Amino acid sequence: MSNWIINHGLSAFILVLWMGINTFLFVYYYLFYDHGLQFLYTRHIVGSGLSWARAPAAVLNFNCMLILLPVCRNLLSLIRGNFTCCGRSLRKQLDKNLTFHKLVAYMIALMTAVHTIAHLFNMERFNNSRQGKGDELSTELSELGDEANQTFLNPIRSTSTTPTYVVFTTIAGLTGVIITLALILMITSSMEIIRRCYFEVFWYTHHLFIIFFAGLVFHGAGRIVRSVKTTDPPHNISFCEDQPANWGLIPQCPIPQFAGGFPQTWMWVIGPMVLYLCERIVRFVRYMQTVTYRKIVIRPSKVLELQLVKAGFKMEVGQYVFLNCPDISQLEWHPFTMTSAPEEDFFSVHIRVVGDWTEKLMSMAMACAKIEVPLPHFRIGVDGPFGTASEDVFDYEVSMLVGCGIGVTPFASILKSIWYKFKESNPTLRTRKIYFYWLCRETHAFEWFADLLQVLEREMEERGMGSFLTYKLFLTGWDQSHAAHVKVHFDKDTDVVTGLKQKTYYGRPHWDNEFTEIRNNHPTSVVGTFLCGPEALAKTLEKKCAKFSVVDPRGIKFYFNKENF
Amino acid sequence: MGKIEWAMWANEQALASGLILLTGGIVGVAGQFAGWQFAAYGVAAGVFVCLLEYPRGRRAKGTSVERTGQYCLTVCVKAFGPITRNYYVRAFLHAALCVPGGFMLATVLGCVCLGIASLIYLLAAIRGEQWLPILPKTETREKPRESIKEPPQNPPPRPPADLRRKRLEDVEGAAYVNPIPVTGSED
Repeated sequence: MSNWIINHGLSAFILVLWMGINTFLFVYYYLFYDHGLQFLYTRHIVGSGLSWARAPAAVLNFNCMLILLPVCRNLLSLIRGNFTCCGRSLRKQLDKNLTFHKLVAYMIALMTAVHTIAHLFNMERFNNSRQGKGDELSTELSELGDEANQTFLNPIRSTSTTPTYVVFTTIAGLTGVIITLALILMITSSMEIIRRCYFEVFWYTHHLFIIFFAGLVFHGAGRIVRSVKTTDPPHNISFCEDQPANWGLIPQCPIPQFAGGFPQTWMWVIGPMVLYLCERIVRFVRYMQTVTYRKIVIRPSKVLELQLVKAGFKMEVGQYVFLNCPDISQLEWHPFTMTSAPEEDFFSVHIRVVGDWTEKLMSMAMACAKIEVPLPHFRIGVDGPFGTASEDVFDYEVSMLVGCGIGVTPFASILKSIWYKFKESNPTLRTRKIYFYWLCRETHAFEWFADLLQVLEREMEERGMGSFLTYKLFLTGWDQSHAAHVKVHFDKDTDVVTGLKQKTYYGRPHWDNEFTEIRNNHPTSVVGTFLCGPEALAKTLEKKCAKFSVVDPRGIKFYFNKENF
Repeated sequence: MGKIEWAMWANEQALASGLILLTGGIVGVAGQFAGWQFAAYGVAAGVFVCLLEYPRGRRAKGTSVERTGQYCLTVCVKAFGPITRNYYVRAFLHAALCVPGGFMLATVLGCVCLGIASLIYLLAAIRGEQWLPILPKTETREKPRESIKEPPQNPPPRPPADLRRKRLEDVEGAAYVNPIPVTGSED
C-alpha cells in the first residue's frame, strides 16, 4: 500500500483535483443558469436545456485550455529541468503527459456530446415557440424583437424555418458543427490501431485542432444565449411573468430588453494557444540549427549508429530526441533514445530499420559508404532532448535495471554514464552496485549492446572493479540448436552467444529468486528498479517490489520506475 | 509503418458515425422533434452501420487486433461474401444511408460523419483494399521434424574388406589413410 502511495500518490491526487474542478464547474454553472432570475424567460422557452448546455460548456472551456499543455514537450522539459529540487515524484508526473492529454480529450468528447444534445433540444423548443406552439408567455417572448426598439430573446427570428437551417446560418451553429466534426475526425484517427500502424494519418489529421480552436474561439461570438438586461425603469420579472399581455402597459413591466452573454472561451484558451505556438516555434528553431556528423557506423542486423554534434546540446541519461531528415520527408519527426552518455562530447542514436523512414535512412547511409564519402551530406534536424525518469537512476544505492528487447537502448546511455561517473568518482553518483537484466528473444540487432557490455566488462576487470556491475542476459527465444550449441561449448570461459564473461541464461528470469538474492546482498539499501519493456512485466515487477520491500524503515526498499517510449 | 490501409481508418470513422447517428436518432425520437421519422430512421440505420462495421477486417500487412467479442459478427458479415468484402459497395452503401439523416438536425452530424467514412472507403476501394475476416487459425498438425539423433543409415566410408584384413607380413604396407579423421579415445 505504501509503495502504491509513493509511486502513484501524486497521480491520483492530480486526477482527483482535475475531476474535482470539472465537477465544481459543472454544478456551479448548472445552478447559475438554472436559478438565475435573468434567465427565467429563457428557461420558460427551453426548460432545463439551457443549464444542460451551459454547464458542459464551462467544463469544455476548462478542458480545452488544459489539452494543449501536456503536448508542449519543450515547455515540459524546461519545467522538469527547473524542478530538480522538487523531488522525483513531481518530475515523474510530467512523464505521464500523454495519458493526461488523452483523459482530457475523452472529457472534451463527453461534454461535447452533452452540450450538443442539450442544444438539439433548445433549437427544437426555440423553433416551436417561434411558431406559436407554446403558451402565451412563450409566444409573447418569442415575438419580442419583431418591432423596433425591441431586443430579441429567441435567436430564431423567422416563423417559417427549421432548426437545421438556423444552425447552419448562425455563427454558433456553423462553428459548432465544424468543430464537432473536426473533433470526431481527430478522435477516430487517434485510435490505438491507427496511431500505432499508420502514424502519418494520425499526425496529419490531428492538425485539425487548428480548425477546432479557431472555431471554438468564435463559437460564442453570435451571443445567442440571452438574458434580461437591467433597464430603467426595471422590469420586475417575478411580478410580470404571469401577465405578458400587460407588458409595456403597466409601470412595473416595461418591455424587457435582452442581451447576449459576452463570449468567454477565448479568455480560457488564448494562453495555451500562445504557449503551443511558442512550442512549435522552438521546435522549428531547433530544426534549423546545424547538426554535424561525427561518425556513422553501420552495425550488424540493420542497425545504423549516428554520432552527431550540435552546438549547445546538453543531454541527460536515457533521454530521447526527435530526428527529421528533409531528404526523406519534410514533416516526419521520429523519436530515438540516445545511446551516448552525457559525459561524451557528442550524442549518438542507434537506429534500427523497422519501417519506411528508417529504411530510406539506412539506404542513404549505405550509399554514402559505397562512394566512400567521409561523412554524409544529407541534412538532419534534431529536436530535443526530452526527458524520462532515467535520471533518477544515480540516486539509488543499488540499481536494478531491466531492459526488454529494444527497451535495452536507454540503458546503454545509463551504463556508460554510470561508468564515466564511477571512474571520475563523481559525487552525484550514489550508486554502489548495479544489477542489469537484459531480456530478449534473440541478440540479433543488439550486437552493438553486447559489444558495449564487453568493453565495460574489460575496463572493470582492469580496475579490479569486477563486482560493480552484475549483468544477466536472458534469451527467451531459445531452441534445440541453441541448447545443443551451448552443451558442446560448456567449458569455455566466455559465453558462446555474446562473448561475455557472464553466461547467458535461457528462458525468463525467476523474479522471486532475483529479488531474494538482492535482498540478501543488500539488506538495508534503497533499491531503484527501472524497467523499459512490456506492460505485463511492469505489473510483475511492481508486485515484486511491493512484496520484497520491508516495512521497517532500516530495511530494504524497492522502488519501481517504468520507462515509457 | 509501411503502406497505409485506409480501410482501417474508414472502419473507425464509420463505427463512430453509426454511434452518432444512433444517438441523434434516439434524441430525435425521445424529444418527439419535428421530422422525428427521420430520427427513427437514424436509429435503424445507426444500428445497422454499427453491426456492419463492428468486426474489424484483417490487415494486409502485420498483425490484426480484434475488437472484443467480434467473432459472431465476423461470421455474419463474412456470410454475405462479395457484398461485404468489396469496399466500393460499402462506400456507396454508406453514401446512400447517410442521405436521409441530412433532413433533420439531430441526425445531421451522423449524416456528415458517415459521408466522410464513405469517402475514405471509396479511397480504400480505389487502392484495391478488401475486407478479410479475422478468424482464429486452425491448428495444423506439424509433421515431426527429422531428428538429428537418428542413427546413421550408412556405414562410414572405408576401403574394401580384403584391404582391411590384417596383414601381419606387411604391417607398413597395410596402413591406409582414413578418409575421415579419427581421434583416438583418451583413456
